[in-house]
Amino acid sequence: MNTLRKLFSRDPRLYQIATLAGLLLYGMIWLGFDITPLQAALLIGAALATQFALTRLFRLPSFDPRSPTISALSLCLLLRTNSHGIAAAAAFVTIASKFLLRWNGKHLFNPTNFGIVAAMLATGSVWVSPGQWGNAAFLAFLFACAGGLVVHRAARSDVTFAFLASYLFLIFARSMNLGEPLAIPLHRLESGALLLFSFFMISDPKTTPDSRAGRILFGALVATGAAFIQFRLFRTNGPIWSLALFSLLVPVIDLALPGRRYAWNVTRLLPKGDSHASLGNLDPDPPLRPSRARGPRVLRVLRGQGRYEAL
Amino acid sequence: MAKADTKLYNRASQVALVRDADRTVLTMANDFQGDPKEFAVVVPVPTFLTKEQIHVGDKSRIDHLDAYSSPRLVEYFDPDPCQAMRQSLMVRGEAPVLKMSGDSANRAKSLGVTIEARYTVGEYDILILSAKESSALETWLKENGYRIPAGASAVLAGYIKTGMRFFVAKVDLKEQARLGFSYLRPIQVAYESPKFMLPIRLGMVNANGPQELFVYALTRKGRVETTNYRTVKLPSNMDVPLYLREEFAGFYRAMFSQQVRQERMQAVFLEYAWDMNWCDPCAAAPLSREELRDLGVFWLEEGASAGGASPVFLTRLHLRYDNAHFPEDLVFQETADRTNFQARYVLRHAFDGDTSCGAGAEYRRTLAERREQEATTLARLTGWRASEVRRKMGLTNASIDERKWYERIWK
Repeated sequence: MNTLRKLFSRDPRLYQIATLAGLLLYGMIWLGFDITPLQAALLIGAALATQFALTRLFRLPSFDPRSPTISALSLCLLLRTNSHGIAAAAAFVTIASKFLLRWNGKHLFNPTNFGIVAAMLATGSVWVSPGQWGNAAFLAFLFACAGGLVVHRAARSDVTFAFLASYLFLIFARSMNLGEPLAIPLHRLESGALLLFSFFMISDPKTTPDSRAGRILFGALVATGAAFIQFRLFRTNGPIWSLALFSLLVPVIDLALPGRRYAWNVTRLLPKGDSHASLGNLDPDPPLRPSRARGPRVLRVLRGQGRYEAL
Repeated sequence: MAKADTKLYNRASQVALVRDADRTVLTMANDFQGDPKEFAVVVPVPTFLTKEQIHVGDKSRIDHLDAYSSPRLVEYFDPDPCQAMRQSLMVRGEAPVLKMSGDSANRAKSLGVTIEARYTVGEYDILILSAKESSALETWLKENGYRIPAGASAVLAGYIKTGMRFFVAKVDLKEQARLGFSYLRPIQVAYESPKFMLPIRLGMVNANGPQELFVYALTRKGRVETTNYRTVKLPSNMDVPLYLREEFAGFYRAMFSQQVRQERMQAVFLEYAWDMNWCDPCAAAPLSREELRDLGVFWLEEGASAGGASPVFLTRLHLRYDNAHFPEDLVFQETADRTNFQARYVLRHAFDGDTSCGAGAEYRRTLAERREQEATTLARLTGWRASEVRRKMGLTNASIDERKWYERIWK
């Protein structure tokens, strides 16, 4: 147990992989998720292969399977399609977006979010089933997600809290305005899909704004967009569409509210020598470097063992 | 083939939802058995409806949908073990309609209830109402003889604030006598709205116990599921004891109740999802293009010439709901899933010829194991007592070799 805790606190991404894999098994075995073992294997295989190929292509120092595994598991949990070809293509697009869609050294989109949205827009043969989690497993799920925060003391949980608080406020305010019984907003919030989104997708430190003020603003914007899509446009998967949309605003938020760039626990990742100097912006996990923070430093990004990756 | 249709349920409602892009055609079939003058419905609808958007349909279309998609029993006959043919058979399992009964424009106005339109369509007198205040609407409905349950006002308020209108229908007895229908035909409405939902909350106010609802969704692309409740596939493709041939309806009811219990009444069940062009086995022939058009499948004309393939995917959902477990209205989405699914149960008849050959002995042994397995499956699916199931199957202890494996070695 102790070894496990040490392992997880050394690299929170392992905790994430374990949690996501556990959720996936639970979903496939008990909740009857519409995903076959073959398709899950295909998604994971395609994501790892893409990461490997692009690591070579962009001449990155080493192949790291953790980040693509997290993205692939998230795809397994969310993306649904009858076509193996489209599944593989979505995994490719998900990973490739990390390498290609970059702005100022950061990914523009959360990879899984981009993969799903791109596949839904491009094919019409892909869907996301937000209702399939049901409410029964909600508490266990909540503990698993919150556990992640405790284990890795995630530096960027502020965006999760900002999103959840804003979304909660909007849902309750709407229900109160409509005179709905409390059971309705509670039922809407008891959703595994919402937790997965809040704790594993929007919290991605590589795509959220650099400053704490920026992240709180971002969380609130995504929540407002999600509620608008859900309750004004009457479309499903509000949070996923909203995140993709507001990700485009992150560069603007970073300009307006600058902060320190997030990075991995650099000392462990970097080989000796200054290999990153030549990698420039192509490194999908760029090292800590003082960003162009002009204002006062808003937040110490790396707190404790703050390595953390979202979906 | 035997089938278990919706007639098995007393208080069941059936709804057909035809949907593509933002266009919806809703058909509401009710099983109202009382005096037609007592009948009235209040249905929240997302938009104003003109007379052309309302139609009175043919109940037989819904019945056909029901028969075509209901859970089925399939029979197979074992081949001669000493040396394969297949036959099949079926049995089957209705929308929440709030019953109310009564009218006056001036009074409505003074209350703040607007009668936006009044139509006579078929045997129905139809009003489209909008209101500013739920209490006023409740008062108006009561004054006009609609027996609206206490507490409805709170539910009405939410619908009013989100801009929903109220579709209110009663039976015009003279029209009904003139038209000569002895039963109430289903009401159909067509509207364009992004809301892909079914308001069930009004029907739950003051309901005596849980209600049964069947939703037949006809779409172009693929399977329909609920986005705010789990959609769960009904257990299917199990071998069950032969005696269910006579008791399939009872089996289906018991099995459905057991599944509802297991999911803690928090799930919507998928009973059928299939491309309308074919079926295997067919519980009833697929619906003709004309029948589909009657149900409101509006995209058929745009498609291929008559006789060509109908791009229609049918999803049959079944739920048992009450206020405590289904606090929200049902919200749906159309997925791209075209995987076929049917609730299907298998009867395997033993070979009844001469099995005295060597392989025959092995066959008889596996047969005994198979019967025992069927009993266990049935008990688990329905929650029936295993001993009772075995008694009905005629399984005596002698027919199953319960000796330990080592007791059998040296006999």
